[in-house]
Amino acid sequence: MRLSELSRGASAVVRSIEPVSATDAVARRLRDLGFVDGEPVRIVGQGPFGGDPLLVQVGYTRFALRRAEAARVIVEGTP
Amino acid sequence: MLHLALVGNPNCGKTALFNLLTGARQKVANYAGVTVERKEGSFTTAAGRSVRLLDLPGTYSLDAASPDEIITRDVCLGTVPGEPRPDVIVCVADATNLRLHLRFVLELKRLGRPMILALNMMDAARRRGIVIDVPALERRLGIPVVETVAVQRHGADALRARLDTAVAPASAPPADLDLHAEVRSLLDAAVTMPNRTAATDEALDRVLVHPVFGLAILAVVMFLIFQAVFSWAEPLMDGIEVAFGALGEWIGPALESMPLLQSLVVDGIIAGIGGVLVFLPQILILFLFILALEESGYLPRAAFLLDRLMLKVGLTGRSFIPLLSSFACAIPGIMATRSIQDPRDRLTTIMIAPLMTCSARLPVYTLLIAAFIPERTVAGAFNLQGIVLFSLYVGGIVSALAVAWVIKRLRKDKSEHALLMELPSYRIPHPRDLAIGLWERAMIFVKRVGGIILALTVILWFLSTFPAPPEGATEPAIDYSFAGRLGHALHAVFAPIGFNWQICIALVPGLAAREVAVASLATVYALGGNEDGLQAVVANEWTLATALSLLIWYVFAPMCLSTLATVRRETNSWRQVWIMTGYLFGLAYLASFITYRIALAWS
Repeated sequence: MRLSELSRGASAVVRSIEPVSATDAVARRLRDLGFVDGEPVRIVGQGPFGGDPLLVQVGYTRFALRRAEAARVIVEGTP
Repeated sequence: MLHLALVGNPNCGKTALFNLLTGARQKVANYAGVTVERKEGSFTTAAGRSVRLLDLPGTYSLDAASPDEIITRDVCLGTVPGEPRPDVIVCVADATNLRLHLRFVLELKRLGRPMILALNMMDAARRRGIVIDVPALERRLGIPVVETVAVQRHGADALRARLDTAVAPASAPPADLDLHAEVRSLLDAAVTMPNRTAATDEALDRVLVHPVFGLAILAVVMFLIFQAVFSWAEPLMDGIEVAFGALGEWIGPALESMPLLQSLVVDGIIAGIGGVLVFLPQILILFLFILALEESGYLPRAAFLLDRLMLKVGLTGRSFIPLLSSFACAIPGIMATRSIQDPRDRLTTIMIAPLMTCSARLPVYTLLIAAFIPERTVAGAFNLQGIVLFSLYVGGIVSALAVAWVIKRLRKDKSEHALLMELPSYRIPHPRDLAIGLWERAMIFVKRVGGIILALTVILWFLSTFPAPPEGATEPAIDYSFAGRLGHALHAVFAPIGFNWQICIALVPGLAAREVAVASLATVYALGGNEDGLQAVVANEWTLATALSLLIWYVFAPMCLSTLATVRRETNSWRQVWIMTGYLFGLAYLASFITYRIALAWS
């Protein structure tokens, strides 16, 4: 599933990044920021309007990601 | 002379460390040809070596995505013309966030330059029970590692001492090394983390980015800032005005024998300097709040809360901070757009910044509202004058959003804008960092804007003093001067929107800085700068329609050459300056015309 599909408070583990094009700078930056295979992530919160952006905890850091950006992150839910 | 560069991720506390090392010995300028701020300082090591230190913009990766990241990369590589390649790169990492920051350290090692790692915020790390085995980390990384605490007086002593021993070039890791995997193994070997996040961050974020409470708190914070800007600045501004008035009266008699020189010194120069300084209280109070909110980590949360709304009109959550700054003055606001990575978002934000009601418009608003809007209580609790002022603010904001929306529609490039914004740990701002930040903002204002305001005040004095009125003249002297003739000429253009020739004259010097228009009106009405008398004159001589038209004019008009000069510098393009001038002028004329006609029909 995708990071953007997780509900609030849910935890998961990153599996990969799915670039939307060959020169997807956002995908590259997501990798640099630590969205890499095996990294635990958690949806800490959501924006007040339309649940966008997402407040995502990855590693020890919190990032605000819009849903379109979070949709590039393929995750595996923790049972 | 040792050349050092401070490099690190955003939010690693790099600037606080820079402030601790260099104190007030800082020079802020721009890199040649780009709009990235260049901060340089100097200090001496324990053994007395002099060091030149460059604070490079924070970046997550050498795979640069924005102008400031490109500067950071190129300075490290030594490819920026006129910049010596740094002898040693001091890489700053937040000790509480090593999972993210160590990856960049490894990436920097690939440059093969002499490097020192400064583990910053060690105090916060200790408080959170994070244990870092520094010798082990040093061995694994193969570069010197020192601990720093930027908020303590001796927090950089270890770094200062380490600079007296030679630093060997870092050995580049193999090109195929997976940096993230390497960071994990470093952390396993040298770092113990009891938990992933600080308990305070968890607790605060539960409330501050809550969809309902978060927005309510943001509204309260904004309201308190505005209250403070107005109520605290008032006595200071009055004090400055009184002081300069007294200075004029004290110097005036000494020049009694030379009336022209006396007039130049008192009405031109002293009044001009006073007119510049009178703005500082509001700008400093506003920036004190903005800097404190930024340092504490709250501003990115505010940007997070508002991102969706801003996105709807074609902006980004990051635009919030520059636009908020523009309420004090569009100049620092436009300078603050440097933190917006996407060039299109940045340009849109710059374009609408002048529509935020800056403090320079207040004297004009205050004069007209006091003269024309009755002091009545509406709906039991609200002051009518306050409501009008508030409406002018809202009018500016609404039109800014509308303009941003139009720019978004006109733009051909529909590709994605990324947010990807880090929400750093909450911190208590350090007074030294606030003071240095305020000092920089004040200097920017005084140097960039002050000079222009002062020069134009003197030019205006000249235009309104010469030529002298003929013998036996009956009208005020200014009527016979250059300014008077210019005002009468402009009158043809502005008559359809209800401006009389006195306003037209005042608009000319008002180009220097909006608030000068009020002083000029006082001059035109031959009140010798007595602005209190002006209110009565205006209330008697102008129609309500004219007053409302002028109020609306000031919501839109590009009446500030300093702002346009800033736009030129920040965008490196005259075209953008002309576009901005044209659209603001057009909007102002149209809105004033409509207002004037409606008000005439009503009255």
